[in-house]
Amino acid sequence: MEKVFKGDFPILKNSKFSYLDSGATSQHPTCVLNDVISYYKKNNANPHRGSYSLSVKATKLYENAREGVKNFINAKSSAEIIFTKNATESLNLIAYSYGLNNLKKGDEIVLSIMEHHSMIVPFQMVAKKTGATLKYIYLNDDFCLDEQEIEKKITKNTKIVGISTVSNVLGTKNDVKKIVKKAHSVGAVVVCDASQSIAHMPLDVQNLDVDFAVFSGHKMFAPLGIGVLFGKQSLLLKMPPFLFGGDMIEYVDEQNTTFAPLPQKFEAGTQNVGGAVGLLSAINYINEIGYKEIQKYENNLTDYAYKNLTKLKFLEVYATKNKENRSSVLSFNIKGIHAHDVSSILDLENVFVRSGNHCAQPLLKHMKVSSTIRASFSIYNTKQDVDNLVFALNEAYKKFKKYIKD
Amino acid sequence: MEIDDIYSELVMEHSQNSPYKKDIKNPTCSVHGHNPNCGDDITLSFVIENGIIKDVSFTGQGCAISQSSTSIMIETLIGKTIKEAQKIIDIFIDLIDRKQVSKEDKKLLKNAQIFKNISNMPARVKCALLAWKTTKNILNEQN
Ligand SMILES: Cc1ncc(COP(=O)(O)O)c(C=O)c1O
Ligand SMILES: [Zn+2]
Repeated sequence: MEKVFKGDFPILKNSKFSYLDSGATSQHPTCVLNDVISYYKKNNANPHRGSYSLSVKATKLYENAREGVKNFINAKSSAEIIFTKNATESLNLIAYSYGLNNLKKGDEIVLSIMEHHSMIVPFQMVAKKTGATLKYIYLNDDFCLDEQEIEKKITKNTKIVGISTVSNVLGTKNDVKKIVKKAHSVGAVVVCDASQSIAHMPLDVQNLDVDFAVFSGHKMFAPLGIGVLFGKQSLLLKMPPFLFGGDMIEYVDEQNTTFAPLPQKFEAGTQNVGGAVGLLSAINYINEIGYKEIQKYENNLTDYAYKNLTKLKFLEVYATKNKENRSSVLSFNIKGIHAHDVSSILDLENVFVRSGNHCAQPLLKHMKVSSTIRASFSIYNTKQDVDNLVFALNEAYKKFKKYIKD
Repeated sequence: MEIDDIYSELVMEHSQNSPYKKDIKNPTCSVHGHNPNCGDDITLSFVIENGIIKDVSFTGQGCAISQSSTSIMIETLIGKTIKEAQKIIDIFIDLIDRKQVSKEDKKLLKNAQIFKNISNMPARVKCALLAWKTTKNILNEQN
C-alpha cells in the first residue's frame, strides 16, 4: 500500500472536491498552519527593531528560516538568501538591480519560450530600457526545448539567460545544468525559476551552478506572501538595493545613506516573519517525507494521469512523450471546445483545474493554441482525483460532442 | 445548477454559428474587449447613424459563453437607439449581478435572459459580461 498524504491537509481531508491546481498554489499541511498560528500567538514582534526579548525571538525565528532555506537549496551562505513576497518580486529584483545596471545596447537576454510572464515581462522592461535584445529558445516537436535552439540562441552577446526548471503549462523538465554550462561558457548569468519544481524536485543551487534562483513559498505548502531569491554572493554584493527604506540601512544622514550588508540590503521594511516561519515549516514537511518519496509518489500519479488522459480520443494532450522529462503538470484540450467551457463543467463536477493561458501567452501563441486546461498534481492528490478528472472530462465531452465541428 | 441552463442549444448555436461573426464594411466605430485571465478577445464593429444602431458585428475568439453572449447581445441591440441600447445593457448587467429586475425590463433582454444564472458559475461572469461592458463604454462615448 502506498502512503496517502491527503490526511495531512485539513482543507482536503474530507473534501468533496479534487484540487488539481497546485501549480497555481498549493494547500497547507496541519504542521505549517500550526506553526504559523503559534508564531502569531506566542512570538510576534517587529524583527530587527525591538530592544526587548520578544523582538529578538521574532528576529531569531526569521533568521532560522533563512538558514533553513539556505540548507534546503544548498546555498553556500545564508547571505545569499533574500526573502521577498513571491517569485515575481524576486525576478523583479534581479531585473531592476542586476539587469538595468549590467546590460547595454547590443547585449542579449535569452529566455525559454516556456517562461512565465513573471520572467518575461521584467526582462522585457530591461531590454526596452537598456536597448538589449530579447531572444527566445523555442520548442521541438515533443514540447521540450530544442537543443539546437539552445546552442544557436546563446551567443557571445548573451548576458542573461532565464530558464525555468519546469514549465507551468507543459510540465516539461528543463535541463538547467546543461543550459547553465552553455551560458557560463559565453559569460552570461543564469536566472533559474524554480517555482514549478520546488514542491516536487530538489533544488541544489551549487550543483546547478545557477547565478540566481527564485521561487514562491505558496507553491510549496507555505503561506502566501513569502518568496525567495537566491543569488551568488559575488553578484549580490555588487548589486544596488532594489527597495529602499527601513531595515536595509546602516547610517542615514539628511542627504546620504549607507546600506546594510547582505542579505538585509535587499530587505526593506518590516518583513513577513510569519510567512518565513511557515516556509521553514513547509521545508521541514518536505524534508520529512523526502523528495525521493515525493517524486516516487507523484511520478506514479502523473503517469497514471498521462496514461488515462491520452486514452481519451477526444483530448489533445500537450506533454512530452518522454516520461523522464515530465513533471506533475498536464495541459490538454477537448478538441474543438474552449478550455473555459470544459473547466466550467469540471467545476460543476467538483474537479478544480485551471484553464486559460496560465500567464504564458508567448508560449501559447508559439503553440498556436489560445488556452489550455491544466491539471497539476501534488503529494496530496490520489488516483481517485485522476479518476474524477477523467469522469468529468467524459461528462464534458458528452455535453459538447454534438457541437464539435470537425 | 443544471449545466443545460447555460450550455443550451441557443448558447452553443450562437457560439459556433453566429450570423454576426463577420467583418462589416465601413463601421462608424470599433472597439476591442479582452479578458486577460481567460483570453476571451473580441472586436465589435458598429454602424451607428442618427443615434440608431444600424448594424453590429464581431470578430475574435473565446469561450462559448463570451462568444454567444456577444452574438446574443448584437441580436438584441440591432435597430435600437443608443439610449435604448444603454438601458438594455444596464438591465443585463443588473440581471447578471442578481439585482432586482422588473418583468417588463427582462422582456427587453429577449434571448439574453438565458444568462441569468451565470452567477452560479462565478468564474464565468466576466465572460458573459465582456461584450456588454465593452459596448456600454463605446456607447457612452457616442453621446
Ligand atoms: C513558472 C512560474 N514562475 C513564476 C510564477 C509566479 O509566481 P508568483 O505569482 O507566486 O510570483 C509562477 C506561478 O504562477 C510559475 O508557475
Ligand atoms: Zn471566457
